[in-house]
Amino acid sequence: MLMINVFVSSVSTEQIKNLHMRFQQLCGNEKTLRKEHLENIPTLADNPIKTEIIKAFFDKRNQHNNELGSYEEIGFEEFLMVMSHFRPPSIKTSAEEKAAMRKRKVRFLFNMHDTDGDGKITLEEYRKVGIVEGLLSESESIGQEVARAIADAAMLEVASTNVPNMVREVTKITLALFLHFACPQILKDLEMESRMYVRFLDMNTANLHCGK
Amino acid sequence: MMILVLLLCCVSSAAPQESHHEHGGGHNATGIAIVSFKWHHVESPYLVAVWILVCFFGKLLIEANHKITNYIPESALLICFGFILGGIVWGADKVQTFKLTPTVFFFYLLPPIMLDTGYSMPNKLFFTNLGAILIHAVIGTVWNAATLGLSLWGCHQGGAMGNIEIGLLQYLLYGSLMAAVDPVAVIAVFEQVHVNEVLFILVFGESLLNDGVTVVLFNVFDAFVSLGGGAIDAKEIIKGIVSFFVVAFGGSLLGFVFGLLMSLLSRCTKNVQIIEPGFIFVLGYLSYLTAEMLSLSSILSVVFCGICCQKYMNSNMNENSIQTVRYAMKVFANGSETMIFVFLGISAIDKAIWVWNTGFILLTLLFILIYRFIGVFILTWMLNRYRLVPISFVDQIIMGYGGLRGAVAYGLAVNLNESKIKEKNLMVCTTLLVVYFTVILQGVTMKPLVQWLKVKRAEIAEITLIEKVQNKVFDHMLIAIEDISGQIGDNYMRNKWRNFEEKWMSRLLLKPSARKQQDHLYNVFHQLNLQDAMEYVKEGERRGSLEFIRNESAFVDFKKKLGEDYEEAMPDIMADMANDQGGASALRRDVLPTVSLEMHEQNMRGLREAEGINAHHLLDQHLYKGRKQHRYRYSRSHLDINQDENEVQEIFQRTMRSRLESFKSGKMGVAPPKTITKHTKREPQTKMPNGKNKPYHSGDEDFEFSEGDSASGYDTSFPTRVTYRAGAGIENPAFMPDLDPSSPLHIPPWLADAGMEVNPVAPSERAQVRTPGYLHRLSSLRTNTRSGETAQDRDLPTPPPHRDDDHL
Repeated sequence: MLMINVFVSSVSTEQIKNLHMRFQQLCGNEKTLRKEHLENIPTLADNPIKTEIIKAFFDKRNQHNNELGSYEEIGFEEFLMVMSHFRPPSIKTSAEEKAAMRKRKVRFLFNMHDTDGDGKITLEEYRKVGIVEGLLSESESIGQEVARAIADAAMLEVASTNVPNMVREVTKITLALFLHFACPQILKDLEMESRMYVRFLDMNTANLHCGK
Repeated sequence: MMILVLLLCCVSSAAPQESHHEHGGGHNATGIAIVSFKWHHVESPYLVAVWILVCFFGKLLIEANHKITNYIPESALLICFGFILGGIVWGADKVQTFKLTPTVFFFYLLPPIMLDTGYSMPNKLFFTNLGAILIHAVIGTVWNAATLGLSLWGCHQGGAMGNIEIGLLQYLLYGSLMAAVDPVAVIAVFEQVHVNEVLFILVFGESLLNDGVTVVLFNVFDAFVSLGGGAIDAKEIIKGIVSFFVVAFGGSLLGFVFGLLMSLLSRCTKNVQIIEPGFIFVLGYLSYLTAEMLSLSSILSVVFCGICCQKYMNSNMNENSIQTVRYAMKVFANGSETMIFVFLGISAIDKAIWVWNTGFILLTLLFILIYRFIGVFILTWMLNRYRLVPISFVDQIIMGYGGLRGAVAYGLAVNLNESKIKEKNLMVCTTLLVVYFTVILQGVTMKPLVQWLKVKRAEIAEITLIEKVQNKVFDHMLIAIEDISGQIGDNYMRNKWRNFEEKWMSRLLLKPSARKQQDHLYNVFHQLNLQDAMEYVKEGERRGSLEFIRNESAFVDFKKKLGEDYEEAMPDIMADMANDQGGASALRRDVLPTVSLEMHEQNMRGLREAEGINAHHLLDQHLYKGRKQHRYRYSRSHLDINQDENEVQEIFQRTMRSRLESFKSGKMGVAPPKTITKHTKREPQTKMPNGKNKPYHSGDEDFEFSEGDSASGYDTSFPTRVTYRAGAGIENPAFMPDLDPSSPLHIPPWLADAGMEVNPVAPSERAQVRTPGYLHRLSSLRTNTRSGETAQDRDLPTPPPHRDDDHL
């Protein structure tokens, strides 16, 4: 439980307890969480980027070590670690803490897009996560080709309009570029906090299903 | 204009005599009057019209000098203008014949403004901050009313005001009418200041929603005053509280219902588009009046009507109607606002109402300011504990300072019952003074204050496509996390609402064609396309009238292309040609000479038209398109066309090459022919039922997707174009390596004929691959990849609107 100390100042013990309960629920009878457990959550089934999210839980990069690859199964610390990316800042967090949190959130996002772990997002990767998965099933009116084109358009926008010095063919986006263009609000304090958080409201355990 | 006013006064004062004269004249048997001056006949409408004219002149005068409006808000200047006018009229008449009567104000001047605010309300922002807005509107207003009333009463008891006959209840009544922040004044002042949107929506939203509270408070205290102090007991108070809920929620609900009605109507007006704007105005006004009739909050009603119907109206109506409505609303709202302020100024110049009581007036001003600030600070402090993005201290100051009172308060004051409230005139005066103070003084100082405090200003940058995409990813991600953590969060709720809305409301209220167009990303995408298209044309023009036309080889093909254009524009003929190959070419031949003649003659006009057509054609061909691109038609008659298009395409590419040299990239694209294969394979499958090209249109609502296009004069759904496009993939070499890795590498068919399908439409494949990968333009990439994915992942050409499930 060492990891928990990292964010115990922001996340209340209450929340940790709740998450622990949830973790155990998801696992069923086992001690560790595997992908199938997450995939069985019924409400998650409709989510277009379900695969990416689930992968993110098992991604080693999100665990603050510098390893690549992914786990087969994770324990509660890892689960909590990933969840911690989404906690809202309270009034008590200091400015550096906030900056650090922000960085981690962006890193999380980036990792989600960068599926091959090379530190860069290629057009294909971006397309896949951001577009093909994320947008298709949501809207009937976008076909896959259009979605692809949107991805391309987005990348091109990044490449050609904003970075005049760069070679026109930008095939990969590094973290810096990603930061700058995909989530410019990240650079503005307030927005990141408001964009990427999950406020843990009342958790009624009686209503929880874990799809088993 | 001065003359006009003078004339007005003379006329109005002379009017009584005139009519008398006329009557007298009528009875004399003097014969037929050739011309007679029938003032009385037209008096009312004439006066109204002249006043409107005068107000607009005033606005004209004020706006003539922009330097002044930078410092002093327009509203303040209008009030001053009103003073001057009032002075003139007073001077002429010795009595103020014109003033802002509550009837005129509440029934004619206020509704257009409110409708406009509702209709152009940024919904998302509004609802996101709804909690804060409501708290301020309800609790804040009640706080303001109570504290003002009580403090004044306290001071009265303390003797600060001398000898006036106002009881506690009357003070409370007065407090309630002074408490409300006025939306008109807020818009007027804030619109020149451009503070950040959250701040603006908080103040503005509050000013709108507090009407619910104001109405209730005013009526309740009015009733109390009438009943007299003794009749107030717990029951009455409870009734008062209940009436608040009824009034506020009832008003909103009523507005909501009207909004739905409007949207439903707009769905049915396909054939009578000219009337669409009319519905909005009439129904909006009706919602206001109905609420008034039922003694509900009329402002809330009309605002929610606008909020509710915006989305559907903007999707359902045709482009012209949308523009008309927006513009007309602005005209009316602006006009009303102007008149309100001018009349506020005029109404002041009226000796009959002036009562001066230093204590009362000064204390009112003081208390209003103080309590406003206190209220804002306390409430925001509470709110910030729950808000994700806390409201900064500076913003709070501006919120407090932005608590402007305006015409609504004045209207309510004038509505006071004189017999019950002896000091009505005092109240009216004070209200006027407060209004002047807030609008003029606070309005003038608002901008410097904002600058001095370095308040965060509104962002002008438009959100880029990539950001929008990213936002969507965010949304999904958050929802997923909420699902995993098993908790119900904001996103969950929002998602639920979105699903509900898409499933039920959109289906009911949106035209089927509109439903498909809803996607915002798509719209942004579309906008990008249009921009791209315009740049494309501009650049072409810059280089000298579409120089690609001048290229000789292109010449030929453009002729052909134009021929196709014409062909496409006359599908019936094409259909006829289906069986008659010769006919088709004959037609084309017929058409061509005319066009080529024009071009040969270098008839500028003709050339430009041709250019225009070409540009459109080109743009249509090569820029991103919606799904309808995949709705190609298959017809046997297009075999030949494909072949021709093939060549056309090729030559076209060559000319494009020279034009787009700057985008050249070293890589030569390799087509992902697997996709093309499929694409072409699909064609035989989608035979038209009767071989005609037309029915496809009716069958597929996608086509109604008129990309609102002014960019494309053509209905671009013709198969020729599509199949053309299959070949038209102009690869963007930059992205080539990243293209679908799953598609097998294919040697360009000119190297290996084996790659070609035994398929009548194979030629397009050839064209596809042969295109040089020079063009960096996204459009090309898009077309390529689009065709790539077409077959693989598209549904069958059955119209997708029947896909009922709305996933996330």
